[in-house]
Amino acid sequence: MALCDLTAHQLVNLIRRREVSAVEVLESVLARIAAVDGRPGTLEDGDLSTEDVQSVHAFITLTEDRARAQALEVDRQLDAGEDPGPLAGVPVTIKDIFCVQGTPSTAGSRILANFVAPYTATPAARMESAGAVTLGKVNLDEFTYGSSNESSAFQPSTRNPWNPTRVPGGSSGGSAAAVAAGEGSLSLGTDTAGSIRQPAAFCGVVGLKPTYGRVSRYGLIAFGSSLDCPGTLARDVKDAALMLNVIAGPDRHDGTAANVSVPDYVDSLEGGVRGMRIGLSPNYFRITFFDTETGELRKEPIAQEIEDAVLSAAGHLAAMGADIVEDVPMPHTKYGIPVYFVVSRVEAASNLHRYDGVKYGYRTPDRVEDLPEMYRKSRAEGFGIQPKMRILMGMYVSAAQYSEQYYNRALRVRTLIRQDFDQIFDPTGPYRLDTLLTPTTPTTAFPMGDVYGDSVIMQYADQLTVPANHAGIPGLSIPAGFDQAGLPIGVQLLGPDFSEATLLRIGHSYEMMTEDEEWRARRPSVLEL
Amino acid sequence: MPEYEAIIGLETHIQLNTITKVFCSCKADSWEDLPNSNICPVCTGLPGVLPVLNKAVVEKGVLLAAAMHAEIQPLSFFDRKNYFYPDLPKGYQISQYDMPLARGGYMDLPMPDGPTRQVAIEKLHIEEDAGKTKNEDGHRLIDFNRCGVPLVEMVTGPDLRSADEAAQYIIRLRQLLRWLEISEANMERGHLRCDANVSIRPKGSGELFTKTEIKNVNSIVAVRDAIQTEIQRQTREVSAGNEIKAWTLEWDEDAGVLRKMRSKETEADYRYFHEPDLLPIRIDDAWRDDILTQLPELPLERRARFIEQYDLPEYDANILTDERSLSDYFETAVSAYGADSKRVSNWLMNDVLRMINEREIKAGDLQLTPEYLAEIIKMVDNGTVNTSTGKSLLDKVEDAGKSPTQIVEDEGLAKVSDEGAIRAICAEVVKENPDQVATYQGGKTSIIGWFVGQVMKKSRGKADPQVVKAMLEELLSA
Repeated sequence: MALCDLTAHQLVNLIRRREVSAVEVLESVLARIAAVDGRPGTLEDGDLSTEDVQSVHAFITLTEDRARAQALEVDRQLDAGEDPGPLAGVPVTIKDIFCVQGTPSTAGSRILANFVAPYTATPAARMESAGAVTLGKVNLDEFTYGSSNESSAFQPSTRNPWNPTRVPGGSSGGSAAAVAAGEGSLSLGTDTAGSIRQPAAFCGVVGLKPTYGRVSRYGLIAFGSSLDCPGTLARDVKDAALMLNVIAGPDRHDGTAANVSVPDYVDSLEGGVRGMRIGLSPNYFRITFFDTETGELRKEPIAQEIEDAVLSAAGHLAAMGADIVEDVPMPHTKYGIPVYFVVSRVEAASNLHRYDGVKYGYRTPDRVEDLPEMYRKSRAEGFGIQPKMRILMGMYVSAAQYSEQYYNRALRVRTLIRQDFDQIFDPTGPYRLDTLLTPTTPTTAFPMGDVYGDSVIMQYADQLTVPANHAGIPGLSIPAGFDQAGLPIGVQLLGPDFSEATLLRIGHSYEMMTEDEEWRARRPSVLEL
Repeated sequence: MPEYEAIIGLETHIQLNTITKVFCSCKADSWEDLPNSNICPVCTGLPGVLPVLNKAVVEKGVLLAAAMHAEIQPLSFFDRKNYFYPDLPKGYQISQYDMPLARGGYMDLPMPDGPTRQVAIEKLHIEEDAGKTKNEDGHRLIDFNRCGVPLVEMVTGPDLRSADEAAQYIIRLRQLLRWLEISEANMERGHLRCDANVSIRPKGSGELFTKTEIKNVNSIVAVRDAIQTEIQRQTREVSAGNEIKAWTLEWDEDAGVLRKMRSKETEADYRYFHEPDLLPIRIDDAWRDDILTQLPELPLERRARFIEQYDLPEYDANILTDERSLSDYFETAVSAYGADSKRVSNWLMNDVLRMINEREIKAGDLQLTPEYLAEIIKMVDNGTVNTSTGKSLLDKVEDAGKSPTQIVEDEGLAKVSDEGAIRAICAEVVKENPDQVATYQGGKTSIIGWFVGQVMKKSRGKADPQVVKAMLEELLSA
């Protein structure tokens, strides 16, 4: 096992004890990137080579000089007896939806391909000042609009390290794939409907979407502002806790960042689950959707192996003393995706207004007659199909004559989704749950090209994750085994506002309990080449 | 031909005088600063930035709402007003829409030559300003300095009935904004901008007819002239049997004409929705009460009290309550003087106001404090100095910043009332000017003023001119 395969907390211990230097760790990670990542995503079209289809392609921009300077600084600080911080020397990647000063911040879009941010996003800045070594910016769906990474303008898009013919999930696909393949122990991602948890499940890593407001959004290029959550992708639960310690907390640059004190999430990992009430809901063991042709409500069961993994996890937790509460009703779960279709697109269409070719980013090179033509051509040429569809839909459902029927109605249904959670977590209610245990995704990683293009079906990949975004509550996805095809399965823990410490503790207990199981020793296939 | 009356409503944009902008920490006032010198990632709408509300903006908005007797809403929201324009860097303006800061309210408008008109205030909301675009040498240049400067938009009901009333509304509003110290309200600098909605109807009708909107009438003269011109145009059109169309017009102040900007057949759809990047504004009783402790007595209330309490003529009360620090000055001076407030008012209106105007400062900024003014008037009253020395002391105190008593002592300005000393000077003047004495004694007694002047000069103004005159007459007729 190479240094780059260690967890962040293991690396911090080794580096602090001076058993290895931050530079040695960096060299190990750079060697891994060189071995498995293949060429970085670019705007050039072109056929995929044999090597391309076997590589991870997590990176858009590798910032090796920045990383080296940071690693040297960590080593210098340790030499001088200074404390580099809780992430001392940990190599990390940043989803390319966050601004990092002096670094291209592309959002995976042609329209921002030439944009170099003049400031650094709060969570990225907090990681760097905690001693993290920033390797660079990793790929994503364009503006985070997708669940497979395939919509990125930077191709080849990221592939799943467990099986490169499969998608890594998305939109934080580059983040999840990088963490899984040893290309940085931690990654800063974002989750608007499941964009951290779904790729974490697909790539067999831990993904935490914190409570809305737990982590500042300053510097996160916005998609659905009322849903977007920065969060962690990590190799184990303790690493997620370590990283959350660093990035959580109020921020004077973000008025929606909650003024709630930050507990030590690492300290609260131990203690087990005895007496905790863990719920299972039938509404999370099927996918319910409205047939696009007939409008009828259709129900499909989720993959049997995933259901089995959730029930097995429940069994482990029960064996450790947790109370399992079955048949918890979550009646509004099925509206999560339709509501998301409306709310996120209204916000997205507005958030994309600023990309007009006037100030930064892409401007059409063609001669134009007037300003509206410059807007039209710059946006038509700069945006890919996903942003365009979201702009059209968002503009439509927020138009004066439709907003009552769609947008305002969606907001009311969103409240109902929130109420489902309020009821099951109410400490004086009938369920009094500490957490709801669910599958993270209805399927494991699907083949590249299989679903892309059908944005409705693609969206249902998020049905089990999106309710947490509507409600603003935290959700944690942890690896829970593999399916017959050898693809990772994730299970999800949902809890009330600011219950991250509880979710992490349950996740950590489950990890301890399953530590010796066979599947824990498996390695992604790209590492076996 | 029926007689028509005008129906006018005004929409004003008021720039608040906060130190920083509404959603970032850039300097708010960029007057005379270089273009794009007060900007940051937030106010230029770079990818990923978020607005953070400047509380002072809410507080100043609440003060204005209270002064307008409006209902301050315990819960209000920011909204995005979406449209494309190069000087709008985010592609939307953060404003308030269906849940504004305050609703309802009114302003009383005493007309100089008539009864008081009450103007309804429909709503009052906070928003950010956009940047400025200018065309130069075939290029479109954008200055983002003004982006994020805090504005309050205030909309009146259709309650004004003439161009003069509209102008009076702006005059009173400007006075009030300065009184509340929430805006510099300098129209030339765009601190107070006005759009006017104008329609006409047969007198006595209760209906409202098609209105036109006049944009950018940004001086009091422009408000009066543009509205007057539009009322006349509409009257001509209707009299000729033509229909009024819902145009948007622009006032060309130099040419004195209205120009059509666009027909307003289709309303733009701004796709308003609540701004998810900002929490709603919650104003609980405690915060509201805390803000309202800064709400001063308002000009019209103070004017009424001055008439009542100090027995001032309406004319004096009007002038003394035109500006808040002047009215505060008056009250402090009266209380220091202790008696006869009309006498203080006379000194203030005749002499101190002249100083204020000449020096282009506010009463509150004078070094000549109200206590010093009271001291000077008292010195004149008790004969320590004569009236003209008293008046000259005003500027001396203002320039030196020293107390009048000190200056009188330092410069030996106290009135010479020692008859012997005055008589000696008078005798000296008579002796030195035999020709003038001859003239006087030849019957041209009007020359006495010249003799008085000579004596005053020799006494460096300290002699009492009345005493001097009597003494000279005595000497010359001897």
